Amino acid sequence: MTGIRSFGAYVPIYRLRRDLVAKAWGRPSLGGERSVANHDEDTATMAVEAAMDCLKGAERTETDALFFASTTSPYSEKQVASLVATVVDLADEVLTVDIGGSLRSATSALILASRLAESGGARNVLVTAADSRLAHPRSDMEQAFGDGAAAVLVGQEGVIAELEEIYVLTNEMMDVWRLPEDPLVRSWETRWVLSKGYGALMERAVRGLLQKVSLSPEDIQWAVLPAPDLRSHQRLSRRLGFQSEQIQDPLLEQVGYCGCAQPLMMLSAVLETAEPGQRILLASYGDGAEALLFRVTREIRDLPKRRGLQGHLDSKLLLPSYERYLSYRGLLETVPGEPFRLLPSATAYWRDRDPILRCYGSRCRQCGTLTYPLQRVCYRCRSKDDFDKVRLSDRQGTVYTFSLDNLAGRSDDPVVVQTVVELEPEGTRFYGMMTDCVPSEVKLGMRVELTFRRIHEGAGFHNYFWKCRPVRVEG
Amino acid sequence: MGTVKDRVAIVGMGCTRFGERWDAGLNDLAIEAAYEAYEDAGIGPEEIQACFLGTASAPLIGIGGTVAAEALKLRDIPIIRNENWCATGHIALIEAFMAVASGLYDVVMALGVEKLKDTGFPGLGTGRGMHPVYEARRTSPGSFALIATRYFHANGIPVEKGREILARIAVKNHRNGSLCPKAHFQSPITLEQALKAPIIAWPLGLFDCCGNSDGAAAAIITRADLARSFREDPIYVKGFGISMDSMLPHFRPGFEWTSFNALVVSSRKAYEMAGIENPREELDIAEIHDCFTITEMLIYEDFGFSPRGRAWEDVEAGLFELGGDLPVNADGGLKCFGHPVGASGIRMTYEVYKQLQGKAERPERQIGNPRRGLSHTFGGPPQLSAVAIFGNEKG
Repeated sequence: MTGIRSFGAYVPIYRLRRDLVAKAWGRPSLGGERSVANHDEDTATMAVEAAMDCLKGAERTETDALFFASTTSPYSEKQVASLVATVVDLADEVLTVDIGGSLRSATSALILASRLAESGGARNVLVTAADSRLAHPRSDMEQAFGDGAAAVLVGQEGVIAELEEIYVLTNEMMDVWRLPEDPLVRSWETRWVLSKGYGALMERAVRGLLQKVSLSPEDIQWAVLPAPDLRSHQRLSRRLGFQSEQIQDPLLEQVGYCGCAQPLMMLSAVLETAEPGQRILLASYGDGAEALLFRVTREIRDLPKRRGLQGHLDSKLLLPSYERYLSYRGLLETVPGEPFRLLPSATAYWRDRDPILRCYGSRCRQCGTLTYPLQRVCYRCRSKDDFDKVRLSDRQGTVYTFSLDNLAGRSDDPVVVQTVVELEPEGTRFYGMMTDCVPSEVKLGMRVELTFRRIHEGAGFHNYFWKCRPVRVEG
Repeated sequence: MGTVKDRVAIVGMGCTRFGERWDAGLNDLAIEAAYEAYEDAGIGPEEIQACFLGTASAPLIGIGGTVAAEALKLRDIPIIRNENWCATGHIALIEAFMAVASGLYDVVMALGVEKLKDTGFPGLGTGRGMHPVYEARRTSPGSFALIATRYFHANGIPVEKGREILARIAVKNHRNGSLCPKAHFQSPITLEQALKAPIIAWPLGLFDCCGNSDGAAAAIITRADLARSFREDPIYVKGFGISMDSMLPHFRPGFEWTSFNALVVSSRKAYEMAGIENPREELDIAEIHDCFTITEMLIYEDFGFSPRGRAWEDVEAGLFELGGDLPVNADGGLKCFGHPVGASGIRMTYEVYKQLQGKAERPERQIGNPRRGLSHTFGGPPQLSAVAIFGNEKG
C-alpha cells in the first residue's frame, strides 16, 4: 500500500486584514484576512516549518528523498530541497529535488513521490511545498494571495491515507505566468483564465478520476478543490455535484491562495479530522490539472498530534498596516537601518552547517554537558573531541534573559529582541533573536521554541539561522 | 609566579581631548598623545626602545605597527600591536610592564589610539557581533542589557527601581565628566533627564550607554629604580590581572548573567600581586569599565567594592561619588570622557596617574591624598577583563 504516512502544515503568524489593502487603494475588499510571511521568512523557511511539523516524532533515518515544490524559490539557481533536508536533519544520502514552475508542482511532487516509493526507489519521500507569491499592488490577486506551506511523508508502511488513483492532464495556455525578471505575477483576462483554464481543467480532471475508479461524487467524503477565489470554488463544486458537507474549506477567507502549497495545506486540514475509511479527492490546477484519490486507513488514529493547519490558523498576530506588508515583501524600500557590516563567508557557513543548519549541540561523553553550538573541547571538563551530536531544533525552552534592542533592527521592524534561552531539559543555552512576537509582551520565563529563519543578506546569498519565538501552540 | 610590584613605573603620560575629532586622523591622535607623554617624562622619541600599540578597529586586514612607525617615526625598534576589544589599551600597558620587568628594555611606550568616527559608526557605541550567524544582530547595548534584565530579576530589584539606580550612576559620571576639559561629554544631567531619555536597548536608556569617541593616550614606562631620574613623582605599578572566559557567555551553560568570572579573577589576581586585601578600604580611586551603567554596577560587586546584590545601597549612599570614600570614574568614565576602544585603558590609567600625583587639572576634582588607584577595562561580548593597580610610593 502506497500513500501518505504523515503530514504537516504551516501558516505564518502574521495576517493582514484585506480591508486595510482595500482602504489604501479605495477599492472593494475581498473581506477576511490573508497570511503574510514575516520579513525573515521565505519559502525555504516555511517548508522547513511544515516539514518539522510533518516529521514530529519521526525517525529521520528512514527518509531517503525530499522534494521541495514552489513557484517562489529564494534561489533561481541553487537547490532548496538540499537546504530543507539538512535543516530538518535528514542524512546526506538522500535524493533531493526542487520542483517548480507550476502551481501544481506540489501535487506533481506527491505523485512522483508515490511512484518512487511504490517502485522501491525510496522508503519514504518527504514532499514539501511552500509559496509566497507577489501580485501587483492594488490588484485583486494581492488581496487574494496568502503565504503558507505544507508537507507530506509518502511511503509504503504505516500509511494513513492510501493513494488509490490519480488522473493527470496537461494544458498549454498563457493564463498566469512570470518572466525570470518579474517579481509580480502576470495574467491574461480573468474570465478566460477562470472558464477555459481553471474551471474547465479542474472539472475534467475530477470527472476523469471518478470515471477511472467508477465512483460518483457522493462516494467522496472530502472534496479538496483549491481555488484562486471563492466564486470559482463555489462554481466548480456545484458543477461537480458536491454537497456542502463534502467540500473542504478552500482557506481563502483566513489564509488566502498559497500557490502550489494550497492543495497540500487543504489536505493537511482534512487529515487533521478525517476518519478511517473516508475517501479524499484532491485536485490541483496549473498548466493542466491533477486529481488524486485517497482512502483514509485505521493508522490515522495512531498518528501523534501535530499543529497542522488548524493549529497554525488559531495562532496569529495582525499586521498593523498594509505598508508593513509592502515593506516586508520588498515592494517598498524603507529607510535603511543600521548596516551590519559582518562579512558572511560561504566557506564558514558550509563548515559550520551542523550547528548552524542542523542546530546540533554537543553532549560531552565524559561529563554529559550539552552545549550549543558544537564544542570540540568540552566547556566544563575539557575532554577533547569526545561528544555526541544532538539536534536541538525541536526543543522548547524558556527565556532566561532578554533585551529590547532599538539599534540593530530593520527600520520597518526596529526592535530586536535579543534573547538567551534555556532549552529543556538540560538547560542548554541558545542565544538569538526572538521573532513572531510582540516585543512589549516578552517576559522572563516565557516559553519559546526554535524556528529557522532568514537572518540577513550578505555576500550575495541568503543567510539562514535559528531564532526563537513564543510557543505558537501549547501541547 | 613572579610579580611586577614596585619593579616598573610610569614616568610620563599623555591623553588627547576625546570626542568627535573630525579635525584629527589616527596619526594625529597618536602624535597628540605621544608628544604630551614625552614632554611629561622629559624625554624624546629617540629614548623609546620598544612600543606597545593598542588599536582595535583597524581598517581592512590590519595596520600592524604603522601608526607608531609612520606617525611617530619610531624606526628600528619593536612595535607590537594588540587587539583585545575594549581591553586593548590595558593589554598594551601590561605588555609594556612585562617587557620592562623582564629586563629587556629600560624605557618603552604604551600607546592606545582609536579613530572610530571615520568609519561611519554612529554616535552610540553600538558595537557588533563578530560572527555573521551566531551574532548576526548582536550589539553592545543589546548584550549588556541582558545583564540588567537578569540582574534585576535575580536580586529582586523591580525594573523601575533598577533603572533609577543605573540613572544615578549616569548622573555621577556626567557630573564628573563636566569637570574634565578633555572629556567628550561635558554636560551634567539630572536624574529625571536620565530616566526620561529614549530607550536604546531596554532596560537601558540613552544615558546608560557610552558613546563612540576618537582619542589616544600614551604612557612612558621604565624600571622602578630608574624612575626618579625622570621625575620626582613617578607612579609605581603594583599589580595587574588579566582573565578571559571560554565561550561566548550567551551560550555558556549555567551562566547566570549577574557576575563575570573574568571580572572576579582578573581583580583578585591584581589584588594579590598588589597586596590588597580589602579593595573597598584600600583603594582611593578606581577607573572601571562603565561602557554601560549596568556594567559599572556589576563591577562594584565582582571587584569586591560592594556586597553581592547590594551595590545599589552603595550607589544611593554616594560611596562612588567624587567626594565619596571610593570615587569611581572620577573623570567621567567611558560614559562621558569617551570610549575610543584601544585608547580607553590607557586614558583610565592617565586619570589614576594624575590623581595619584595630585595633578588633576582642576582643584575641585582632585581627590584628597590618594595612595592607591585601579584602572580596568572589560572587553568582548563580554569576556575579557584587564586590571592594573598603581601607587605613588614604593611599598
